[in-house]
Amino acid sequence: MTDQITTDPSRPAERMRAGSLSLTVGPWIIAALALLVMPFIFTSNSALTIMNQMWITVIFALAYNMLLGQGGMLSFGHAVYMGLGGFFCMHLMNYIEDYGLAFPLPLLPLFGGLFGMGFAMLIGSFSTSGAGTRFAMISLGVGELIAACSVIIVAFFGGEEGISGDRTYGLPFFGVEFLKQIEVYYLISFWLMLSALLMYLFSRTPVGRMANAVRDNPERAQFLGYSARWVRFYSFCASGFFCGIAGGLFAISYEILTEENLNAASSGVILLVTFLGGVGFFFGPIIGAIAFTLLQTVLGLQTELWAIYVGALFLATVMFFPGGLAGLMMMHVPAYKLGKAGGLVVPYIKTLVPAAIGILGICALIEMIFHYRHGATGDTEMTLFWTTFDSHSILPWIIAAAVALFGIGIARATAPAMKEAWDEANTPGGAS
Amino acid sequence: MSTPALELKGLKKSFGKAEIIRGIDLSIGKAERHAIIGPNGAGKSTLFNLITARFPPTSGTVKLHGEDLAGLEPYQINRKGLSRSFQITNIFPAMTVFENVRCALLWAQGYRYSFWHLVARSHSLTEGAEAILDQINLLERRNLPAGTLSYAEQRALEIGITIAGGADVIMLDEPTAGMSHSETDYITDLVLKVTEGKTLIMVEHDMGVVFGLADRISVLVYGEIIATNTPELVRADPKVQEAYLGAALEAEH
Repeated sequence: MTDQITTDPSRPAERMRAGSLSLTVGPWIIAALALLVMPFIFTSNSALTIMNQMWITVIFALAYNMLLGQGGMLSFGHAVYMGLGGFFCMHLMNYIEDYGLAFPLPLLPLFGGLFGMGFAMLIGSFSTSGAGTRFAMISLGVGELIAACSVIIVAFFGGEEGISGDRTYGLPFFGVEFLKQIEVYYLISFWLMLSALLMYLFSRTPVGRMANAVRDNPERAQFLGYSARWVRFYSFCASGFFCGIAGGLFAISYEILTEENLNAASSGVILLVTFLGGVGFFFGPIIGAIAFTLLQTVLGLQTELWAIYVGALFLATVMFFPGGLAGLMMMHVPAYKLGKAGGLVVPYIKTLVPAAIGILGICALIEMIFHYRHGATGDTEMTLFWTTFDSHSILPWIIAAAVALFGIGIARATAPAMKEAWDEANTPGGAS
Repeated sequence: MSTPALELKGLKKSFGKAEIIRGIDLSIGKAERHAIIGPNGAGKSTLFNLITARFPPTSGTVKLHGEDLAGLEPYQINRKGLSRSFQITNIFPAMTVFENVRCALLWAQGYRYSFWHLVARSHSLTEGAEAILDQINLLERRNLPAGTLSYAEQRALEIGITIAGGADVIMLDEPTAGMSHSETDYITDLVLKVTEGKTLIMVEHDMGVVFGLADRISVLVYGEIIATNTPELVRADPKVQEAYLGAALEAEH
């Protein structure tokens, strides 16, 4: 290496593992294998659609966390960068179709990324001078501005109906024309692996490390020779790049983009997804995106009220587990290292199973209220948990309320024992 | 005479109507250890903040190695070889001790805003950071979050971060504030060790530390320097005794 050595020469170097590849490859190989085999386990077309959406959200959430978790910047308008990347790719796709350009589709997301980064450079040039309220408000303002533009600049945004295209006109890529959903799945999976890896590596570079430093203490970073503003700017542009890639993949997968892809609601969702997964760990947003997409699609098929449950889950996470789902998982590492994690299983079952049953009882009550108030006139029959009953008779209400009360009651009664087991599992040594 | 490492001319600072720094002229030579003492509220920390551009001065100039620092940002001044610590511990609490020091090395080792190097693969970063940790006796704490260190250890880390970049002008703002006797001795030795051959400017309350460390002392009272001299002569100066030192010395002996 060409680095000059400034170490005290009197002290022989302790060769750390600095020269070896410090990246742990295990999780990456597992992830890649999982992406490869998933379509063989979940073969239906709807499963493929869900997974496509999931992986796109993973890229978006990871890119968002480059700002929120790693750089300490709270953005309320980040859907803009994904949306713009998507719109740009859509136009490019139509261009390819109209002019018969020899352009391989798999490269398209790269251009979405570059467009997202270009726009991030423009906005970042003035928004990254601070990380606090000012940054958040600018992001919100820019988000509103672009969303408003979408109905004004119809040539680019296509007005209210958005713009659509056809992905199959690109140059066949080794014979693949992306007619089939499965082909799109592997295209998205490839970009997911590449983007996630690059984002991970970015966090290990000098500017990525300084992003953490600026997040923790911008003033100190300034007195170490780094301009907090420039460090934020680099994170912002990198984030814009990966958001644009997610947008390009969205364009390929759905072949349509509308104002919905860049409005405040979408920006809110990605904040929720990232926070739910946990901003403190690199893999947090991945878990958040998977959990959220599953709730949105699978739960969304079961009930119209899915958003209420997601909202409640989000609130509970923020209040009780600020580290998100990833933080919740990582909380167990000390107990696991002490070899005491096994002692938690029984107390967990004793408390969490009744709690889950109680929560299902509450959910049943919510669903019944909804059906009672909003069901069509004369339609008093509803199906819940594979049981069909009359929502206007008293018995189901009593059962649901009783289940809720008993479940929560038992959970509350066993909670102290769980707490005790938790403390014991986290105390080193001692008799077990 | 060679250019002084740091030269202040007619430096003034007002906050509203209150004039906190009222015209300071001071010249500090290369490799000099200079202490600034004075009663509470004399403006010592404000003076530090003016020199390092944390606040802009109302008037006057600050020159580092003969170069005017007017209009420069703190990070630009740092790149010119001036590094400082803070009165209130100012580290990266959520990052590990090792990371704290490594971040302090990045600019000095020429990495700038690189996003194409991996920090873990650089021998010079790892070894450089470990050499600093060894100097400040925190090698065993290297993987702990900095926020979990004891107060004295955090102060030592702060000094480590300050010197890591290899700056030749080091400014320490009360490095021993709030420490026990043994901790103070530890930090004093540490400061002596790590500022070998460098220009040191420190604000300090502990007279034992000041007289043990400094080549020259400036006494700051109400925003003005009333005396600058060697420790012995400052101690004997009747003006200084009247304004400040007498009481403090009597209390100590």
